[in-house]
Amino acid sequence: MIDDIPLRLRERATPGSDGVPVTVVERLRAAAESGGLVDVAWAAVDTPVGRLTAAATPLGLVRIGFEGEERVLESLAARLSPRVLELPSRLDDVRRQLDQYFAGRRQAFDLPIDPALSRGFRRDVLTELCRVGYGQTVSYAELARRVGHPRASRAVGTAMGTNPIPIVQPCHRVVRTGGGLGGYGGGLDVKRTLLTLEGALLA
Amino acid sequence: MTVGPLPPFQHLLDEHGPAVWRFVRASVGVVDGADCYQEAVLAALRAYPGLRHGDNLKGWLFTVAQHKVLDHHRRVTRRREATEAPPDQPVFDGEPADDGLWAAVGRLPTKQRLAVLHRFVADLPYVEIAGLLDCSEAAARQNVRAALARLRDEPVLAMTMEDRP
Repeated sequence: MIDDIPLRLRERATPGSDGVPVTVVERLRAAAESGGLVDVAWAAVDTPVGRLTAAATPLGLVRIGFEGEERVLESLAARLSPRVLELPSRLDDVRRQLDQYFAGRRQAFDLPIDPALSRGFRRDVLTELCRVGYGQTVSYAELARRVGHPRASRAVGTAMGTNPIPIVQPCHRVVRTGGGLGGYGGGLDVKRTLLTLEGALLA
Repeated sequence: MTVGPLPPFQHLLDEHGPAVWRFVRASVGVVDGADCYQEAVLAALRAYPGLRHGDNLKGWLFTVAQHKVLDHHRRVTRRREATEAPPDQPVFDGEPADDGLWAAVGRLPTKQRLAVLHRFVADLPYVEIAGLLDCSEAAARQNVRAALARLRDEPVLAMTMEDRP
């Protein structure tokens, strides 16, 4: 006699598929959010520069990671809280405004920002950076001058390189004094695409 | 204090959520499965930042889920006692098209029921089942064997694969 009870248990446990049903996942996300249990919510955002990872705390947008950037969520778990959950509803505004930006229908982001991942000088530089408008560029040296540290253009470069919220905090608008593009965390192709979109570079 | 960073909770869910879901659903039935799974995951999420380390997170998640399953069983049993329902009623609702398998599993003693579900529904190794049931690995195997023996004796389950339509 074939003992098929283990097999039947396995079959019965997974009618259709192995996964947790979407309705159960969505109800769980809503309950976690209303229970105040999600310290970091994240969602994937598809854009012309690849799939971004956007993350928000209850205070606001805290991180945008480019496609291919490694360990974005792990780093958030270590630096902010391990209660990191995929919760697209908290990023609805972020996704909508990014969609509008990439469609050329939005020039400024109007989003609450949580600056938890930058401190001190870097935070000051990022605050000043946000005054550089759509379609404009500024040099590292000029940005250093604007924050009152005219000799700190290298440190400004570092602040740009560690910008936790690229695109929304527009570090792509910072270029070399001679007109060279400088660097970019998401890769120079992305920087070129963003500056072209904004009309700061010729297509 | 946490020693070493805990991984993002989402990674835990991606990795172990489906197995926890199968275990919970098979333990409490299709009607209450979603609620019980949600309770388990929310309880885990609530406690997660307080964990001291990230060792054996899978075992921890199953421990939380098992607590919720046992809570559920106790609640249902109390409710049935209060309404004086027959004592041999299973503590969960079966599948709509069930062949009596879940009902038979529901009639197993608690430890045997949990052991057989951990083994064949959640696919846990015996060493992890032993941890969850707070017994030796040998005792975990014995509980699974005893559960299978009981299930084989159930008249409704006596059919073999060859006999099934």
